Amino acid sequence: MSALQIKKGASKHSAYNLRPTFSDVQERHTLAVLVENEPGVLARVIGLFSGRGYNIESLTVAEVDHTGHLSRITIVTTGTPQVIEQIKAQLGRIVPVHEVHDLTTEGASVERELAMLKVAGTGDKRVEALRLADIFRANVVDSTLNSFVFEITGAPDKIDAFADLMRPLGLTEIARTGVAALLRGD
Amino acid sequence: MKREMTGAKMVVQALKDQGVDTVFGYPGGAVLPIYDEVFQQNDIRHILVRHEQGAVHAAEGYARATGKPGVVLVTSGPGATNAVTGLTDALMDSIPIVVLTGQVPTFMIGSDAFQEADTVGITRPCTKHNWLVKETEKLPAVLHEAFHVATHGRPGPVLVDIPKDVQFATATYTSPKPSVSHYQPQVKGDIEEITELAAAIEKARKPVFYTGGGVINSGPAASQLLRELVDATGFPVTSTLMGLGAYPASGKNWLGMLGMHGLYEANLAMHDCDLLINIGARFDDRITGRLDAFSPRSKKAHIDIDPSSINKVIKTDIPIVGDVGHVLEDLLKVWKSRGRKTNAEAVAKWHRQIDEWRKVKCLSYKPSENTIKPQHALERLEALTKNHDRYICTEVGQHQMWAAQYLHFEDPNRWMTSGGLGTMGYGFPASIGVQMAHPDALVINVAGEASWLMNMQEMGTAIQYRLPVKQFILNNERLGMVRQWQELLHGERYSHSWSEALPDFVKLAEAFGAKGILCKDPADLDDAIMEMINYDGPVIFDCLVEKHENCFPMIPSGKAHNEMLLGEAETKGVIDAKGSVLV
Repeated sequence: MSALQIKKGASKHSAYNLRPTFSDVQERHTLAVLVENEPGVLARVIGLFSGRGYNIESLTVAEVDHTGHLSRITIVTTGTPQVIEQIKAQLGRIVPVHEVHDLTTEGASVERELAMLKVAGTGDKRVEALRLADIFRANVVDSTLNSFVFEITGAPDKIDAFADLMRPLGLTEIARTGVAALLRGD
Repeated sequence: MKREMTGAKMVVQALKDQGVDTVFGYPGGAVLPIYDEVFQQNDIRHILVRHEQGAVHAAEGYARATGKPGVVLVTSGPGATNAVTGLTDALMDSIPIVVLTGQVPTFMIGSDAFQEADTVGITRPCTKHNWLVKETEKLPAVLHEAFHVATHGRPGPVLVDIPKDVQFATATYTSPKPSVSHYQPQVKGDIEEITELAAAIEKARKPVFYTGGGVINSGPAASQLLRELVDATGFPVTSTLMGLGAYPASGKNWLGMLGMHGLYEANLAMHDCDLLINIGARFDDRITGRLDAFSPRSKKAHIDIDPSSINKVIKTDIPIVGDVGHVLEDLLKVWKSRGRKTNAEAVAKWHRQIDEWRKVKCLSYKPSENTIKPQHALERLEALTKNHDRYICTEVGQHQMWAAQYLHFEDPNRWMTSGGLGTMGYGFPASIGVQMAHPDALVINVAGEASWLMNMQEMGTAIQYRLPVKQFILNNERLGMVRQWQELLHGERYSHSWSEALPDFVKLAEAFGAKGILCKDPADLDDAIMEMINYDGPVIFDCLVEKHENCFPMIPSGKAHNEMLLGEAETKGVIDAKGSVLV
């Protein structure tokens, strides 16, 4: 965010809004959607994406404000700038949606995902898996004589990289939470 | 005010507190407690329809003719699923409707109980919002919120699903509070953008106002402001099917309807203009034709209360999110304060160009002395009814487009038609809703015989409530618009597009206890129409018209505004393969 506190894209007079709306370039955006935690709200959001033919790369949801009954849905989606703008506008008009934030345009953000990977193997492979886990700062949360379950947190790219390394070492199962993201700064 | 009462009584109390005077509905097992409360009061009139789809369309007609939300009460399962078409219709045309459905008791939900359906699941994509109320204490707040959501922002249908045990149980009723809802859409437009539009108005050489249903939905004040703006600037104005009546058809700047079956002068003005001001319309595909050839040289302003309408299909240069009435008020203020300037000389030249296009007389058709031309029937209907307090409904198809072309609307809320969804069977029940709202008015449903048959059971409703609705059926024994497309696109192979085994409409009317009029000779037409108008009761007017008449002008699918077909033009081979994929 600039010193003037103008959000990128907040006004077409903003110096930062340089994306042509009708370009054909596919962009990846992370959206944070604050919704009233009422029955069916997730179905409304998912139904919007399927009904209008938008992509969901990842979606996470949990109640974040227990007293105010607000849930935060983090959606990673891809589309042309025009499609991304449509997705935001369409999300915004769902009645129980309180706020829609585009973390990709509103400023720098941090993205994290948690994954658990089961790696089965013995001998050198088992040692190598443990050594790489250490480099990636993954924790062992379960172990048997011939398997480990690693827990790793990081940006999706880091998890991809770790999974790629584990594959030849006996990766048998992987569970990922999807992306959670927050804007940097205050 | 707080009072203990049953859920069923809360429903009736909430409707009263919301100012509802009429409910359209059909009883069934899961709404019996509410019907029991309806029975024990006299403030709300319940209109028993003959099919739940009719209830929703009647409520739509009521809503459009009054500007108030229409209310529907139906049972669970089939009652709710029959309402789905009406809900989708109301969603597409932004009509405020509150539908109350009964549901099986909460403890039976999910057990495949008798007449159980996942109503909120089924109606989620075809309502603006919906609720399943599982606790009686939450019912009053949800009912009040339902009216708030239906009528605020872009209007639309909402549904409240009420299980039977919630209707029986007792809790505290709360009256509507001045809005506690977080749902508060923006109504004031951005003043910077409005100023930019005012500046564009000052400079424009070839401007056009393109108005839509948003002007009507914004209320009568918005139509007044539009008239003031159009007349003060002297800019030409066209309208979508949904927006007819916002600017009077007798107004000197009126171009007529635009779009696929719009007027030549309106579509050419859209194509050639340098400033296009969209007020409460949504660049529907029936309007734009081929997108890359749509109004190629114009600067585009778009006023819409729904942010998702802006830049959805057409790139907008001056986007203004807000309610039409509020934005037009501000726009007029800004434009006046800057000195009421326009480029009068260039605009006068633009009007001369438009007058040249008018000389094409795109609505002319070959008259006939032997058969009634549908266009002629509507011209006579217009001439003989225009001085009445008149409301027009339509079904969907050729007759609908002809009605939009040949009937003239001087005021908003006088024209009820299914635009977005194109629902055959809409017009008859809608006319019942309109007549309920305006008992002394002349309410005419211009219909095709095929559309009309889709909800003909509502004749029973019209008779029961003595509603003198006039069913003006242009009977060509064809699905006329389907037949027209088959002629133009499918090698004249008329697959299933004729009406076999039609009833005798006069006898049908008499069987219901209404009046039937048959007219097939152009010489008898005026007398027959007068007989219809003067009869105090519902009439089915069976007007046998030319069977193979096509509706022109027409912009074929996949073509641009300046490639439209006129009545006597050669039509073979004009739609290319790409266009025939479109509908």
